[in-house]
Formats: sequence, structure tokens, C-alpha cells
Amino acid sequence: MSTLTRSRRHSRSFLTSLSVAALVAAFLFLTGSQPANALPAFARKYGLRCSACHESWPMLNYFGQKFKDNGYQLMNDRDAPIWQNPGYWPVTFRITPIWHRVSTGKVEVDTYSGGAPTGGAAIQRISTSGFDLSGLDFHTGGTLEKNISFYLLPSSDPTGAFHFEQVFGRLDNMFGSPWLNIKFGRFELDNLLSEKRILTLTGNGGIYQTYHFIPVGDANIFGQIGDNQLGIEYLGHSVDDRTRISASLISSSDGNVNLSTGANSYTAFFTGSQAFDAGRLGVQRIGFYAMAGEAATYYLTTGGVPIGGSGIANKGFTREGFVGQFYFGPHVDLTVVTQHGSDNAWFGQGYGNAIQTDGNGGTTATCSSPTPGCPANNVPGTVLPVGSQAPSWNGYTFEGHYVYSPQLIFIGRFESERMSRQANGAGCAAAMGCLSASSGTFTAGPSASNFGNISTYTIGYRYNPFMTSRAGFAWHNEYNWLHQDGTGATLGLGTVNVNTSELLIGFDFDF
Amino acid sequence: MRTRLQKWSLLMGATAVLALPSASSAQLTQADFEPRMGIESHVGNLTGHAKDAKGDYRRYCVGCHGDLGDGNGENFPWVDPKPRDFQQAVFKCRSTPTGTLPTDEDLFNTIARGLDRSNMPQWSTFTKQQRADLVAWIKHYSPRWATEKPGTPITIPSEPEVTADRIKAGRDVFARVQCWKCHGVLGQANGPSAATLTDDLGRPIAPYNFTEGARPKCGETDKDIYRIFMTGLDGTPMPSYADNIKPEEAWDLVFYLRTLMHQNSKEKILAKGLNLKPVDPNAPAGQQ
Repeated sequence: MSTLTRSRRHSRSFLTSLSVAALVAAFLFLTGSQPANALPAFARKYGLRCSACHESWPMLNYFGQKFKDNGYQLMNDRDAPIWQNPGYWPVTFRITPIWHRVSTGKVEVDTYSGGAPTGGAAIQRISTSGFDLSGLDFHTGGTLEKNISFYLLPSSDPTGAFHFEQVFGRLDNMFGSPWLNIKFGRFELDNLLSEKRILTLTGNGGIYQTYHFIPVGDANIFGQIGDNQLGIEYLGHSVDDRTRISASLISSSDGNVNLSTGANSYTAFFTGSQAFDAGRLGVQRIGFYAMAGEAATYYLTTGGVPIGGSGIANKGFTREGFVGQFYFGPHVDLTVVTQHGSDNAWFGQGYGNAIQTDGNGGTTATCSSPTPGCPANNVPGTVLPVGSQAPSWNGYTFEGHYVYSPQLIFIGRFESERMSRQANGAGCAAAMGCLSASSGTFTAGPSASNFGNISTYTIGYRYNPFMTSRAGFAWHNEYNWLHQDGTGATLGLGTVNVNTSELLIGFDFDF
Repeated sequence: MRTRLQKWSLLMGATAVLALPSASSAQLTQADFEPRMGIESHVGNLTGHAKDAKGDYRRYCVGCHGDLGDGNGENFPWVDPKPRDFQQAVFKCRSTPTGTLPTDEDLFNTIARGLDRSNMPQWSTFTKQQRADLVAWIKHYSPRWATEKPGTPITIPSEPEVTADRIKAGRDVFARVQCWKCHGVLGQANGPSAATLTDDLGRPIAPYNFTEGARPKCGETDKDIYRIFMTGLDGTPMPSYADNIKPEEAWDLVFYLRTLMHQNSKEKILAKGLNLKPVDPNAPAGQQ
């Protein structure tokens, strides 16, 4: 077998796995849902309507952000639980019954003849539609005492299997100063454009691609700004919340519990922002974020199988960008998030997360050899292939809203993720090419400069037929289209672009 | 026959009782306020327009203050103190004499400051323009703003240096005007009249407890405290003492009240040295 033939065959299987993985990921993202935080329990406690804190629930407005920054307190001396009726229990349930249609192009499928597999394959689009359900979120949060707040969010997948999506305690306004707040537990990073409060629900549109993007084949478990993380956070803000700063120290485990991954590595995340009064336009805010961390690429093994929690050989990665929230009067706003990301070359070649997790803290498998979806282990003596280089990229998110009224909001979003340097560089033009550790195969030549680039558009609206301080109910309609360069299956004859679209209609309610 | 009559009487009576609470709101509709939608507010260089606040009022305020501004929003039954009835145009926090309308700036500041010990939060997240617009919106609910002008803000003399003598004099004022009857001799809101207090609408109301650390409703600076007892809190049992306390005595009282408060202050340190005792409710006049 020639090297080229072998390379094509492996390349085909690699791309097939990618396409299938994309389809599965779309389902998983949706069915797993993105637990979002909107608590009618707070509205009931304070007698404020949802619209007071939410641009449209669950997305916070400036007042809601200030409420959150104060530790879910209005700071009106009625924040301690002692002021509530003893029967008050700060619990909110949220679930979303939906109908949706998902369509993914360029999926490789087996072909049959006379009831038997031909051993060949064909490429086709797979479209699926039907009635479905999100997971169920139990939100509990609020104050344990004045200036001591908490949040607990057990969240299920649609089958009812639960995990702890968010758990933290927080010391608020320490020594009477809003500049000193400490949070400890599993929490969302201090993103002004919060993914946990995202207004859209589809598989690809229900997350911010910019917060999750890593190059194709990259095995860095971390770099997931959108996921809840385990660690400690300092947050300080001015009394009116115009100025905000935060710093977090988190385990590079992508929020997985039990120290199964990245147990010996940490990541730091910093944010800062300043808001200013722009008269009739509204309050504008600009800020930045920066993340720098290390994650393991080598796990000690026993019998060749990696040992959970033994990660060493840490390699670095960074993410940094700007955030702007701009208001153009009472009805129109635009949020912009940029990102420059970079991973160490080892991650780019697929070394990293050798302990496979279910994303919620459970360990599903350990990888003893590089196979699709199971990254390689950087055991002593491993060397990077010639031509390997640290991948880097730039991402942009633009999300605009037209708020017709507190009960009706139109949403539009465009995201672009563009590779600026591929992990497989020019040196990979050598006959053997570069090793793709994530699939255990060789790929010939350097990656195309646009390989893995993503463009995605999302439009939708949410209509709340009523707006009270007791419950939230939204009629939700959304369409997402995602395009990725070079990851579609072409039966080993090169790479093609893949398009995925999703239409979703449903009731989103919490109470 | 008698039984049928009794039944009819009961039915009519019940209907009348049920109709009573909604009678007042049934008298007015949003359309009644439309003619006043052109009302403005003026705060510094800002001009607020009622029509521009419609969206913000609906988003942030209507749950408590209600569509008609009568304080009868959906949360009315659950919040205490009850939301302000803008149709009455009676406001606690003013810089103007008792019985008069507040200035636009008074309302503007109240929105940002919020009211401690109530469900009214600090709306400091609004732009100044939003607040000015909301002031105009509040005004459009009452015809008083069309026929009356706001009162002239009271003059507050510059604050003198705090001294031990002034604190002692303040204690005498506290005794003389009988602040203790409601606020208690230690400022703990447990005076002999405290439990009987009601607001102008007959609803129970508690006096301010100086010792708990909550901010005074109408501001926490010395000037704010001075202003509170010299203008009174309209709509509540807290009267204006403008006719009973001279300006220099008012500052003495401010200094004494500071000694009762939870927060550390220069006054508290001075009072410690004086070994001040609480006022004696039974002492003859002038012999505290």
C-alpha cells in the first residue's frame, strides 16, 4: 500500500468521523441544553418583573448584571432571607419542549447492494426533524445571609440523568466594599456576553462558537470560555457597577469534577470593563478579557492505560479579546466579542485530553492509543512531527437585538472563526506528512489556511405573551446556519466544506 | 319570601363589597393621562419627556406602581411598604416644605438612590436622561403638577463643626420635640407610639430604626438627615419640624442622631467621652 493511498484512506475515515461527530455534537448540544439562569424566584422575592433584570429572559440587562454582581441582592436592606416569608423557597424550574429540524451535509454513509454492504461509501445530507425536549434545570440561588450568596443548579439531560451544572458560594461586599467579592465553586466565567444566558437554543446557535472554538484535531481540553469552570473568582465593581474587574483561578479541567483531567494544571482568567452614559443612546460598555493557562499532555499509565488525575507535561494556551455592548436608543443594541486564541503545538497535534469525559464530570473512557476521538498520550520520548506549529486563530461574535417591547425581542447573530496559523505547517509537505494524533493517521502536506474556519448565522425571536413577577413563558422561533471549511466527507478525494442548518420552534418556560 | 329577600340582600351586599376595591381604578384609564403626556421635567441641563419614559416604566416600574401609577401593580398585595401612588403626588423625600410638591431633582435623586427598607431598588443603572424622562412620566399621573408649582427648597445653613456641647444640645432637642415617642430613647424604633403609627392611607408604618444600619430613606449625608426632619416625610406620621427647631438646633439634632446610628462616626467618639445617657421620657421639661 502506498503512503498516499494509506493517507487517503485514513483521511477519509478521519473526515467521516468529523462529520458524524458534528452531527452528534449538534444533537448533544441541543439535548444537553445550555442551562440558563433566569430566576422567577428572584422576581417573586423582590416583586420585580422579569423585564427589570432581563433584556429578555434569560439575558441580563445592566440592572440585572448589577443585581448579580451584588450577590443577587438589591442592596436595599431586604436581601437577607429573614425578610422573606418562611415559606419562601428560591427554586425555579426550566424546561423547553420543542420541534426542530437539523440538516447536515457531506456525511459519509455506507452503501449496500442486495442487502449486503458493498464496502463502499456515499456522501449525502442527513436531515432529521421531530418533537423533542431540552433537559430540566433546577435553579436555586440567592442569599444565605446578607452578603453571603449561593447558587446551585442541578441540571438533567432529556433522559433525566443529572449533573451539577453550577454550584458556588460567594462572599459579597466584604468589609462593606463592592470591590471585594469572592466566589468559590463551579461557575460561569465573568463573560459580559453570557453563554449561560444566551437567547438562542439550537445546537450550533445555542452556544457562542467564539467561546468554544479550537482548531480541528486540537485536543486541548480547556479553552472553553463558555463552559462553567471549577475554581475561585474575585470580582470588584463600583457601587453603580459602571466599572467592573474580575480575576479567576480555575482548574484546567473544563469544569469536570473528581480531578479526572488536568488535575495538576491551572488557568487564570481576567476581565475588566467600563460603562459610560451616552445620553439618549443608553449606557455603553467596553471591556476586555484575557485567559492564560496550562493543561496536561501526558498522563502516567498503568498497563498502557492513562491514569486519571496524573496529567503532567503541561503546555500553554491563551485567549484574549475585547467586548463591547452598544445601545442605540431603547430598542436596538449590539454586542461585539473578539478573540485571539493560541494553543501550544502539542495540543495542535492532538495531544491533551487522554481521559475522555462526558462533559459533566464523569469519566467515560481512557485512551490507550490514538484512535478517532481519543487523543494520544505524550509519553516520554515522543517528538512532534516535522512541521508542527502552534495553531492560532481569530474569532468575532456580533449579536444584535431589536427590542420591540419587554415582551418581544428579535435576535440576530453572526460569528466568524478564522484560523491564522494551522497546526500542520509548511514542513508537513514531506512525504510522510504530519501525524494527526487524534485519528492516528497521517495527513499529507500542510493544512489549507482556511481548514476548520467557521461562519454561522442565527436569527430568531422570543415572544412573551405575559410579563409578570411570577413566571416566564416564551414562544421561541430560531434558525441557525453553520458553515465549516474543509471538514466535509469526500470519500478521500480531498476536503470540502460542510453546511449544517437547524430550525427550532418551541415553548421556553420557567416558574 | 323573607329568605329570598335575605339572599338578594346578601348578594347585593357582596357585589357592592367586591366592587369597592376596583371602583377607584375603574374611574381612570390610561387615556385619562394622555393629555398630560407632554409634561416635562428639568434637572440641570436635562429635559425629560414623559413620552420617552413609557418603555422604561413598563419594563422596570409597572409591576409595583401599576399601569395607572396608583401603586396598585401586581405586587401591591405582597410588598410592604406599599408602592407610591403617583396620582396623589405626595412624596416622602423632598427638599421642599411639607405639603408642597417636590422638585424634579428630588424625584430624580430618589430614583437613583432607591428607598432602603422597601422594595424600591437603587436605579443608578439608568442614564441621567432616562431618569429625567421617568420624572416627567411620574408627573404626568397627577393634575397637581399642572396647577401647582413645586415648593421652594428649604435653606440649609452650612454645617458647623461638631462639638461635645452640640451633641448634648442635640440630645435636648431630641427630648424636647419628643423624637423618642416613635423612634425610642435609643433610636431603636420602639417608642411608646411606634406600634400605633399609620400612614395617611391608614396603613401601619414603622418608624426608622437608627441602630440597624439601614440607610435613612431620603439620603444618608448630614444634610439629608437635616432635610428629613425639617421637611417631614409627607404621607407618613413623620412631621416637619421646621416650626419647632431652629436651624442651629437642627444641626445639633443631626449630630446627636449620628451617635445613635450603627455606623462609626466622629459624633460617636465624642459621645463616648461625654458618657451620654438616653433621654428620660419621665423627666420634667428642660431637665434632661
